[in-house]
Amino acid sequence: MNLVIRGIVLFFIGVLLALVLNLLQIQRNVTLFPPDVITSIFSSAWWVPPCCGTASAVIGLLYPCMDRHLGEPHKFKREWSSVMRCVAVFVGINHASAKVDFANNIQLSLTLAALSIGLWWTFDRSRSGFGLGIGIAFLATLVSQLLVYNGVYQYTSPDFLYVRSWLPCIFFAGGITVGNIGRQLAMYECKVIAEKSHQD
Amino acid sequence: MTLTEKLREKISRAFYNHGLLCASYPIPIILFTGLCILACCYPLLKLPLPGTGPVEYSTPVKDYSPPSSEPGHQQGDPSERPDWYLGAPVAYIQQILVKATVSPWHKNFLAVDVFRSPLSRVFQLVEEIRNHALRDSSGIRSLEEVCLQVTDLLPSLKKLRDLLPEHGCLLLSPGNFWQNDRERFNSDPDIIKTIHQHEPKTLQTSATLKDLLFGVPGKYSGVNLYNRKRVVSYTVTLALQRYDSRFLTSLRSRLKLLHPSPNCTLREEHVVHVHFKEEIGIAELIPLVTTYIILFAYIYFSTRKIDMVKSKWGLALAAVVTVLSSLLMSVGLCTLFGLTPTLNGGEIFPYLVVVIGLENVLVLTKSVVSTPVDLEVKLRIAQGLSSESWSIMKNMATELGIILIGYFTLVPAIQEFCLFAVVGLVSDFFLQMFFFTTVLSIDIRRMELADLNKRLPAEACMPSAKPVSRSQTYERQPAMRPATPHTITLQPSSFRNLRLPKRLRVIYFFARTRLAQRLIMAGTVIWIGILVYTDPAGLRTYLTSQVTEQSPLGEAGLPPMPVPGGVLPAGDAKLALSVFPSEPVQLSENQTQQQREQKEGPSNGQPEPGTKAEVTWGGEDEEIWRKLSFRHWPSLFSYYNITLAKRYISILPAIPVTLYLNPREALEVRHPQEANRYHSFFPSSLGKLEAVDRPGEALPKLQGHRDVTLYKVAALGLASGILLVLLLFCLYRVFCPKNYGQNGLSHSRRKRGDLPCDDYGYSPPETEIVPLVLRGHLMDIECLASDRMLLVSCCLVGQIRVWDAQTGDCLTVIPKQGLRRDSSGIFDYQESWDQSPDPKNGLEDPFDNSHQLKRMLSPPQPPLFCDQPDLTSLIDTNFLEQATVVAPEPRHRTVCSRHKDTGYNFGRLVEKVYEETGSARALSCGTGEGGCSARRKSLGDEPLAGFEKSSPVSAWAGDLESSVWSLDLRGNLIVAGRSNGKLEVWDAIEGTLRCSDEEGQSGITALVFLNNRIVAARLNGSLDFFSLETHSSYNHLQFRGTPSRSSIPSSPMYSSNDLIMCQLTHTVPCAHQKPITALKAAAGRLVTGSQDHTLKVYRLEDSCCLFTLQGHSGAITAVYIDQTMGLASGGQDGAICLWDVLTGSRVSHMYAHRGDDEGWGEQGWIWDRGWGSRDLGCGASLGVISDNLLVTGGQGCVSFWDIGYGDLLQTVYLGKSNESQPARQILVLENAAIVCNFGSELSLVYVPSVLEKLD
Repeated sequence: MNLVIRGIVLFFIGVLLALVLNLLQIQRNVTLFPPDVITSIFSSAWWVPPCCGTASAVIGLLYPCMDRHLGEPHKFKREWSSVMRCVAVFVGINHASAKVDFANNIQLSLTLAALSIGLWWTFDRSRSGFGLGIGIAFLATLVSQLLVYNGVYQYTSPDFLYVRSWLPCIFFAGGITVGNIGRQLAMYECKVIAEKSHQD
Repeated sequence: MTLTEKLREKISRAFYNHGLLCASYPIPIILFTGLCILACCYPLLKLPLPGTGPVEYSTPVKDYSPPSSEPGHQQGDPSERPDWYLGAPVAYIQQILVKATVSPWHKNFLAVDVFRSPLSRVFQLVEEIRNHALRDSSGIRSLEEVCLQVTDLLPSLKKLRDLLPEHGCLLLSPGNFWQNDRERFNSDPDIIKTIHQHEPKTLQTSATLKDLLFGVPGKYSGVNLYNRKRVVSYTVTLALQRYDSRFLTSLRSRLKLLHPSPNCTLREEHVVHVHFKEEIGIAELIPLVTTYIILFAYIYFSTRKIDMVKSKWGLALAAVVTVLSSLLMSVGLCTLFGLTPTLNGGEIFPYLVVVIGLENVLVLTKSVVSTPVDLEVKLRIAQGLSSESWSIMKNMATELGIILIGYFTLVPAIQEFCLFAVVGLVSDFFLQMFFFTTVLSIDIRRMELADLNKRLPAEACMPSAKPVSRSQTYERQPAMRPATPHTITLQPSSFRNLRLPKRLRVIYFFARTRLAQRLIMAGTVIWIGILVYTDPAGLRTYLTSQVTEQSPLGEAGLPPMPVPGGVLPAGDAKLALSVFPSEPVQLSENQTQQQREQKEGPSNGQPEPGTKAEVTWGGEDEEIWRKLSFRHWPSLFSYYNITLAKRYISILPAIPVTLYLNPREALEVRHPQEANRYHSFFPSSLGKLEAVDRPGEALPKLQGHRDVTLYKVAALGLASGILLVLLLFCLYRVFCPKNYGQNGLSHSRRKRGDLPCDDYGYSPPETEIVPLVLRGHLMDIECLASDRMLLVSCCLVGQIRVWDAQTGDCLTVIPKQGLRRDSSGIFDYQESWDQSPDPKNGLEDPFDNSHQLKRMLSPPQPPLFCDQPDLTSLIDTNFLEQATVVAPEPRHRTVCSRHKDTGYNFGRLVEKVYEETGSARALSCGTGEGGCSARRKSLGDEPLAGFEKSSPVSAWAGDLESSVWSLDLRGNLIVAGRSNGKLEVWDAIEGTLRCSDEEGQSGITALVFLNNRIVAARLNGSLDFFSLETHSSYNHLQFRGTPSRSSIPSSPMYSSNDLIMCQLTHTVPCAHQKPITALKAAAGRLVTGSQDHTLKVYRLEDSCCLFTLQGHSGAITAVYIDQTMGLASGGQDGAICLWDVLTGSRVSHMYAHRGDDEGWGEQGWIWDRGWGSRDLGCGASLGVISDNLLVTGGQGCVSFWDIGYGDLLQTVYLGKSNESQPARQILVLENAAIVCNFGSELSLVYVPSVLEKLD
């Protein structure tokens, strides 16, 4: 599988996830009569899904690349079923953050952090993955905060603290998930290369 | 032993015992598990079914009071009271159900008269209801006080603004269509159009405006042109804010008084409370659907990994059932202990499945499947369980730990989720252990029974070959050389054209099952059925009319009840309707006149039975709102931005109102345009009037006119289509032969059953590949050897032929012509013919036609055949006997007999031969012998003087009893091991004997020639190590082979003038207890496999035995070792072992299993296939061409298989005449030619695409 194809696949996965998860977040203040689906899907700014897609493409390519540079190929649970499980858990974390009513923000952020780390431990368990996830979470939170400060983008919820508390955890889990997908996609490529070299 | 290890061992033992238990009593355990599941799921019956449908709860209307909003104070039985029944409802719905009919009915009434006048009465009724007021001691209470006041409609419903009340009471009636204005109604020319103007054009799913305003389902309203019962029903729907029983009672009694329903039996006892669930919008649905898609992807990817079982689908289903029922059990158990689920089950379900996971099940399956097959099923299950026990327990503990951590988040929702997950995990573990393991054991047992047949589609499809033909194979090392994979460096894509693509297979599947035709047929039948049923003139209408006429409630069934002309009570003077305009509405045409005459007819005292209608109140009217869409009320309230989600409404018993309208009234309200429209064709004559006596059908006939032409066209089209099809069919029958499309002549000679076919029953076509047949051997070919360029074959008489593997030319024949046995002259004659140019056969090689010449010669010289030695007696392949014969002979201690220019001294053996053969034949064919030798002497082209010097008789007599059992080829040297224990080294090009060793007496069963070492395995189990030494010019080795063909340097070529010595370096006298059957060397190691079930690994340099590998339970039949020190062995028990040569340990033991370790598993798998086929007695042999192409030999054919998919790619037939001959051995050469040992012929088959690639 070509690098470009991988990137495109990851991009679309990112866009899809962004749309669906955005919808989940919108449901927090879902009205009685659901507004038109199209408008609710694109209720946030148009540039959010492409951004998420690009980010996921970058992350998904970055993970296997880093594995290769570190020289420690990721061997843990390299199967599509495991990847699917990971995606499901990630969606579940989002679901929980959107639907479950937490007593306070600290509880929310602690729970989400525990869930995210649990996700990492269950499906990744590599130090590079953890480090990269932390880095991504930090960077993405920083970027989103900058955007909010500059007024480019605003959260519907006025609770500033609320937004800040769940965002890094979601970013971390998302980074791990997309990295997982990227690694799995890269494994196909590796397989093809290995077969080729084998034949040569 | 640490604590962990102890624990581990205990767990493993427990699992082992459990596995034994499960596999021993599968049926009782499955029953027990099923009972457990049912018992645990029993509490689920109390839970409401999931879904968004409304839930009902009814209370008696007598002394009803709204429930209190606190859950604590509840009167009545709390167990029956649903938990939503708290607080006041959103609204009380009071429906006034009106049934109206025009009675008596006149024959000349129009269809619109059925509903026009009844509808006109609604305005009056609404007024009555609006103006109703209750006067009592507390004052006057009007409807405005108790009704539900509504405000603005939703802004998106602008078009309904005129139709739905926007301010004040929520009171709906059909009059809303005309803004509750009677004048508008009267001036409306087309009522139907007005009513239907807001109906959706497409399929209607939710409540439409017509339903909302009429309050009854559309088909019950009777407002259409086909209403044959002539009863119109509609409701006036009133939404009340508060429940005022006295007000309602007064309203009820007043309406009943005004419009009595004499035969009404409606029970008015219960208030029904309808609770509505939260509706799921599309916005919520998308994430839900996404999670479910992810879930299904997860299940798909998981169950795809189940492999090597009898029924993949069955096990996948069992795995899913395990998880699902564990979830159900968890919910059931939680409910049993008092925890009611508050979470949305549909939402958390995918996450629960994902958390519980299918991993354990898959791990179990894999572990059990990879146990040795030869074990009993019980033991396999037990071993599989115990080997995975530790990891299963560890995983389980980890998951429980994680979930327990989640429990301490103290978020109620998460806690509940975790609780379900914990119980689900435990019950899942229980089910895995009992249910799934047992199912797995049943599956494995079934596979044991089915065993090999399914595994080997090709061999199973072929008829079993003569078992005699290769019965000796077991006693000797089969000469099949395991072809190394990767001998050809080819892209797999070059085989694409060979492999049947998947889409083609799909198409073949369709074609075979005729799926498309059947589907179309079934679809057509269903479609026609639907058409017949739903057609307006079709079955349904007919049936309904039949039913209606036969029904006792039908109009004809009831005796006509005289109804007074004025239905209304006379005393009620307030009614506006009682004041009728005395003159009917102006009816212009003269039809009106006739109508009036008609109308007056019955009124004159001749009432016709059936023209009077009777309004009946049946049980179906009791709660007619139930027949409405369940979205009726939510959508009504949603128009006013009131949600019913998670709330309830109370529906009060309907008030029945019966209206009888006399014909005069009906005529009065008739709109003039209606009369024109519906009666434009109204006949003036009275006789014609009878024809349209049913006015309800006047319009259908009008409309049906267009329909009839449509039907005509359709029928014509259908008929012409059928005719066309019939015509084409006849044409086909006439012009096409009956066997069109069947195989041609060349194909028909083989029965389909004979063809190797794949799993799908599909046989690929025979190919155009013409195999290159190498003829020359007189007897069946016994062994084959090849390096890259040369091919050496040896037949039963010991004749070795060297062929060019590229062109198929015979290069050398060993022994040389003229050096054959003297006792039989046939060969000499043959050779003399060989030398002469053959005009008939233009074969490229003169040696090739010897076989044919022999046949040509045989008739004129019959006497020569009499002294041909009976060769079959020489082919003694019973090695054990042979060994005993040979063993007593004295062993010569001489190291090696070296000859350069001198012949062999075979005197010792000559005597023996003469004793055996010569004595018998000298009498009969003595003359021939002399002639033969003379002829032989005359051959001028004898290259070796040395052989001539020696006695030819003595030189070749020895071969009479010694056939070549094993061959190997390196460079230009052929090493042949004979049955009498002699080892010979021949020059392949020149056909000269370079050296020999005749020390051993036991037959050489296997040979390995590697570099300059020769290892010979003998029948008595000993191993001899020889080294070849060149004396003079070892240093100038030449390399043969063009570099363009292959970058690998070819074997060294010994020049013919070198002195080659074969020196016995070591002897391992008793390497094995039984004959050595397999011998392989690579990477400085030598592996022997013997019939004594063991393998031994020797170091090649010093013949030191490194390991003895035990593990097979049958004789070793095949051994493979490669440069990476990987070792695989296949045994007669059908097992394949993989060994590590460095440590001598067994890596893996498997049966018919493509293991995970790539390459190795592949190799092993192939071996196993080879094994299985031999077990079946097919004598099939096989080889691997490249990474993914496998060649198997069958009955007279060679089949190509795709290794990765197991598909049959191609079948090549090798000869026309000898179909019964199985291809015994297959040797894969570097240029992808496959050499098949095929009777006495060799066949070179080039895989075409490979050839193209290389050229």
